[in-house]
Amino acid sequence: MKKYLSVVITGLVIGALAVLLSVLGNPANMGFCTACFLRDIAGALKLHASDKTQFMRPEILGMIIGACGIALVKKEFRPMGGSAPATRFLLGMTVMIGALVFLGCPLRMVIRLGGGDLNALVGLVGFAAGVLVGVLALNNGFSLKRAYAQSRLEGLMLPIVAVVLLIGTVIVPQLFNASAEGPGSMHAPLLIALAAGLLVGVLAQRSRMCMVAGIRDSVMFKDFKMLWGFVAIFVAVLVGNLILGKFKFGFAEQPIAHTDGVWNFLGMAIVGWGSVLLGGCPLRQVVLAGEGSSDSGITVLGFVAGAAVSHNFALASSGTGAGANGPAAVVVCIVILALISVFNRERK
Amino acid sequence: MKQLDARGYACPMPVVMAQRALKSEEGGIEILVDNHAAVENLTRFGAANGYSVKDAPEGSDFRLTLQKK
Repeated sequence: MKKYLSVVITGLVIGALAVLLSVLGNPANMGFCTACFLRDIAGALKLHASDKTQFMRPEILGMIIGACGIALVKKEFRPMGGSAPATRFLLGMTVMIGALVFLGCPLRMVIRLGGGDLNALVGLVGFAAGVLVGVLALNNGFSLKRAYAQSRLEGLMLPIVAVVLLIGTVIVPQLFNASAEGPGSMHAPLLIALAAGLLVGVLAQRSRMCMVAGIRDSVMFKDFKMLWGFVAIFVAVLVGNLILGKFKFGFAEQPIAHTDGVWNFLGMAIVGWGSVLLGGCPLRQVVLAGEGSSDSGITVLGFVAGAAVSHNFALASSGTGAGANGPAAVVVCIVILALISVFNRERK
Repeated sequence: MKQLDARGYACPMPVVMAQRALKSEEGGIEILVDNHAAVENLTRFGAANGYSVKDAPEGSDFRLTLQKK
């Protein structure tokens, strides 16, 4: 059981923090969400004009800085990069577009499940289906080729950006857009959000927590470690919501969610498939970017670009359902993933 | 014993490479990786699939030996 301990503790802490952050001001069932928060950061940086989803989320900045700090302390900081960066950028965009069709990353999917949102169950089925398609690609020789050692500065690029944005948030907050209404206007106090992000960054770096690895590794290698993290988040969120009387079971009127099953399924299928090709879920990419992977750094920038495109071109869903161009975007994303899966097979 | 170089490969490629090679290598494999996560993943893979796993640091890398128990 010892080998599962770190990921179970990480899962329980993330779940508990998600509930706590919602109580302290973050949107309901969105105490912690890598996709939603990167989308809010894209808005804060004026990369999209959706005035309800703009806020410089300290949780994400904290995660990058926390993962970087602990990796340096534990001598696991490794500046690496050069494994198909342009493809990774596009995959990052694709995953984010899928996540915003569903309205959440795999982490928020589990948090929504723990809140009783059954739309997330449809998303989970889609996510698992997408992961299995990704596994099929891996079994057929898919690879984005190897990365190589980079300079220390290259590895530190995203952590430095995170520190600069954090300093900016404290000293000149007016520089960034911040929503007056909608999910972007709802946030926990800065110091608490930052501390939560730092803690999650540290724990996720140590435990290698990854939402996509749970299903992928169980299927491919009979390795169930990451699945325990998945379950731990669910249990912590469920118990927290039950204690606080915030558990609401059903499909209808769930916070920041829609009930259109087709798009919930396909949105998360894109996230699952794309994340397997990238080698990890959005949360893991953020943590790896902190550990010195500039491939993950470019992926995170792809997430931000994908969020901007989603909102600028009406691809993202809202509480009422899919965005005007969401269905077309889903088709395009599936075609992109299929092409990348097929044309990156290594010859034997 | 077959030698594999999985340095620079992102998760889960080192395990995929090991799994693929072990299908045809009865005598086991040696695989070189460059990060702790890959060492942990290969160790768990070995434990779950009936292989003994030995790891030894090699410079800043790690050399793992996987053999059928």
